[in-house]
Amino acid sequence: MKSEDLAVVLRQHPFLGHLSEKHLHVLVGCAANVHVGEGSCLIQEGEIANALYLVRTGRIALEMEVPPRGSLRIQTVGPGELLGWSWMISPYRWHFTARAVADVRAIALDGGCLRQKCSEDHDFGYEILDRLTRVMESRLEATRLQLLDVYGTVVEVHG
Amino acid sequence: MTHEAMTAPAAVPDPMTVHPVSIRRVVWETDDTFTLFLDLDRLPRPFQFRAGQFNMLYVFGVGEAAISISSDPVKSHTLAHTIHRVGTVTSALAQLRKGDMIGVRGPFGTSWPIEEGSGKDVCIIAGGIGLAPLRPVMYEMLRRRQEFGRVILLYGARSPLDLLYRVELEQWGKQHHVEVIVTVDRGDSSWKGHIGVVTALFSYIKLDARETAAFVCGPEMMMKYTLDELERRGLPENQVFLSLERNMKCAIGICGHCQFGPEFICKDGPVFRLPDVRRLLERKEM
Repeated sequence: MKSEDLAVVLRQHPFLGHLSEKHLHVLVGCAANVHVGEGSCLIQEGEIANALYLVRTGRIALEMEVPPRGSLRIQTVGPGELLGWSWMISPYRWHFTARAVADVRAIALDGGCLRQKCSEDHDFGYEILDRLTRVMESRLEATRLQLLDVYGTVVEVHG
Repeated sequence: MTHEAMTAPAAVPDPMTVHPVSIRRVVWETDDTFTLFLDLDRLPRPFQFRAGQFNMLYVFGVGEAAISISSDPVKSHTLAHTIHRVGTVTSALAQLRKGDMIGVRGPFGTSWPIEEGSGKDVCIIAGGIGLAPLRPVMYEMLRRRQEFGRVILLYGARSPLDLLYRVELEQWGKQHHVEVIVTVDRGDSSWKGHIGVVTALFSYIKLDARETAAFVCGPEMMMKYTLDELERRGLPENQVFLSLERNMKCAIGICGHCQFGPEFICKDGPVFRLPDVRRLLERKEM
């Protein structure tokens, strides 16, 4: 995909809504188009975290290895969402496996490249971190609700 | 309190009279949830109800439980209740078989104001057994499909095995132009759908906030997060309706078991317009 095409695709992704042209141009330098077939992994637990994925189509399941229960699926992400922020937190290793449960098209933003750009241009770095923090906050809230197991604790009042 | 848009319950003639009915069919929806189809032939008059209302089901010698009606309001020969087996009465109901008798009184309570969605998009958000009282809404809206814009159903359950009405969910999506999006809190490797809480599904739909009515039913904590999400997306409170549940006994607003501030869930609810109960929902002691 040409860099102009990448810029168009990036601009359309909700995570980058209203990002300035200048910063979008910086991102294009770190971006690559990726396609992952159903059943294949984008990320392997324990490996070096080297990318931020902006999902365009398909669905990705996040899996964790929980002995002796095996691999558990804990969350899915889909179109318009993003996957992975371990690239920005030392020691830069994935904490889960991500598997495509339907063919996935995504833009991969190189983690090392992003760290370098954030370090060189703090305004750009703030933009990215601000957006990532919002996503992390909403994921944290969703995880709390998931932990409450609201469907498992009912009393007899209503059918 | 204002209930002008809510459909007030029609008076039930002699609401404390229990009518014996026989069970026509039992369908197990999940490991712990089943639907009882009741034979209405012995009732003294045709049974009429509106989407969202409930009946008191009486297991002779055991007790009564308030159970939402989950069947189609226009199919007067069939009355269905989808029941989660969680306590003494529902466990007794779960033991019953075709031909067994139970007692019914009702219908009670307010109904979903389906007219509020006419000419608008309608977003239905259900969690767990909360889909049961919303199924009659789906039937009604599908019958009058042209009156509504987009019809969106967001449904969350604990696991794939806990999903209700799986065949119908698929049919609604394929045959009636309903955007059905289902998620589960826990999935296994055979589940290819969404995993995560029901509120996460809002990121896959774009709501026209001013032109959307929302109907919400599920565990109270799930509804709390859903209401926050609807507010974040700009839906005016008076376009949001929810069904509440409390321990109901008399079903006619006398005994006080289901009192919720100044309201009785059995009589003033179970379906409320959000502004009428918002402040009560935020109070810890409620």
